[in-house]
Amino acid sequence: MIELENVAYSYGGGELLSDVSLQLQPGSFHFLTGPSGAGKTTLLKLCYGALLPTAGDVRLFGTDVRGMDRDDIAMTRRRIGVVHQDCQFLDHLSVSDNIALPLMVSGRDLLTEGANLKELTNWVGLKARAEARPPELSGGERQRAALARAIIMSPDMVLADEPTGNVDWDMSQRLLRLLVELNRMGKTIMIATHDLALIRAAKAQVQARVLRISNRRLHFAGADL
Amino acid sequence: MGDAQADRVVPPTGFTAQLTLFSAAAMAFLAVFALALSLATGRLADRWGDELARSSTVRISAPEGQLAAQTDAALKLLNSTRGVASARALDKDQQRALLEPWFGPDLPIETLPIPQLIEVIEEDEGFDPQGLRLRLSAEVPGAVLDDHTRWRRPLADAAGRLRLLGWLSLLLIGGATAAMITLAANAALAANAQVISVLRLVGARDGYIARAFVRRFTLRALTGAAVGMVLGYAAIFLLPSAQAEGGFLTGLGFQGWHWIWPLLIPLLAATVAFAATRAAAIKTLKDMP
Repeated sequence: MIELENVAYSYGGGELLSDVSLQLQPGSFHFLTGPSGAGKTTLLKLCYGALLPTAGDVRLFGTDVRGMDRDDIAMTRRRIGVVHQDCQFLDHLSVSDNIALPLMVSGRDLLTEGANLKELTNWVGLKARAEARPPELSGGERQRAALARAIIMSPDMVLADEPTGNVDWDMSQRLLRLLVELNRMGKTIMIATHDLALIRAAKAQVQARVLRISNRRLHFAGADL
Repeated sequence: MGDAQADRVVPPTGFTAQLTLFSAAAMAFLAVFALALSLATGRLADRWGDELARSSTVRISAPEGQLAAQTDAALKLLNSTRGVASARALDKDQQRALLEPWFGPDLPIETLPIPQLIEVIEEDEGFDPQGLRLRLSAEVPGAVLDDHTRWRRPLADAAGRLRLLGWLSLLLIGGATAAMITLAANAALAANAQVISVLRLVGARDGYIARAFVRRFTLRALTGAAVGMVLGYAAIFLLPSAQAEGGFLTGLGFQGWHWIWPLLIPLLAATVAFAATRAAAIKTLKDMP
């Protein structure tokens, strides 16, 4: 469903990624790891069309990203839930409205989707915080709200960038369980993280493929993880 | 109007809101006056044109003993002239009334060598002034025809230009409104770059984002212009009513169905805001990475 073939990406005269090939098959679970600044976020952005490769091909659900216009990219994003490390909320809206944002922008009727929204808010444990504003949330609550927003459109895939970066171990385990549960529902998951303990914990629950970026290239990590 | 749900995604406050409201109100207020000026000068130009184009004056200067005979001869000639509807000699009281603004009410007009004036009213097709002058010079040597062309044309031209100036002012007001709303919209779009980034992340099309801003600025312009229009109406209403002594200045206002025209100003302001914000939003979103 998402394919990268011999992809390179350069920025400011320097090459960040080189000769990267990757396939994210439906229902698969991936970890993307590597040191800070290795290019994990860049690779995720290539996977949801926020960046265009400087060389090679990126195909999103079978379509070459270079042939997509802004509207095509927008429609594709509705099939890919994205969780940013800094969450990126609209602070003037409530948590509930932020979670419902993908529904709003796609023109869905919030009244008919109300039950799903409540159920999802409950599932991520934010029922009591639904009317709060994002700045009032703790780090873990923000990550769970971002995850809820990423999956409210029932996307085919969830891409999460350091989703446990600002939370304690218990919360990171809780978030991991939510992502594993989504994967069991058939969603493709890719998590960019440098938290090796999280990867080890996940491998006990799900069959995950671990990818590592080093020296601008993508490698399959060994069993030592 | 538009997508109310889309409106919610843009933060509700910011200086651009007050800027747009104030600009639209001020421009609408000025537009009411420009419209009043255009309509009043239009009326004036029409009136001067109509009244003066249909009337002429024959002035008879002759020695005391010949004045009455020359007046009769001139009236006879005028009444037989094709294109003249009527001709009548002004009596002493009417001539005194004409001179009163300069010499006061007690002018002993009987003792002064004042020429006799004959008012000539033309038919629709008018008369041949050149031919009439030739006949008068032949039959009534002391008569001079003044068909008002000399001073009617500059007055009518001046009124016409004032009307044009009024319409030009309205165009400039519309252009300035568009420019200010474009600047405010650009500022709002730049200030909300993070909001736009989040909306794109969750799958919003640029059309949806543009509509959110367009709706907001259009409603602000409509509201501001409505306030400005009401204030403009009040100011025009409080102007002194038209009086002959005041001439043009006291006639600056609306008459009859012309009072309806200013109601269009808020709608025009909203249309201008819609077009300006839409163009600004589409360009800004296109240029954003």
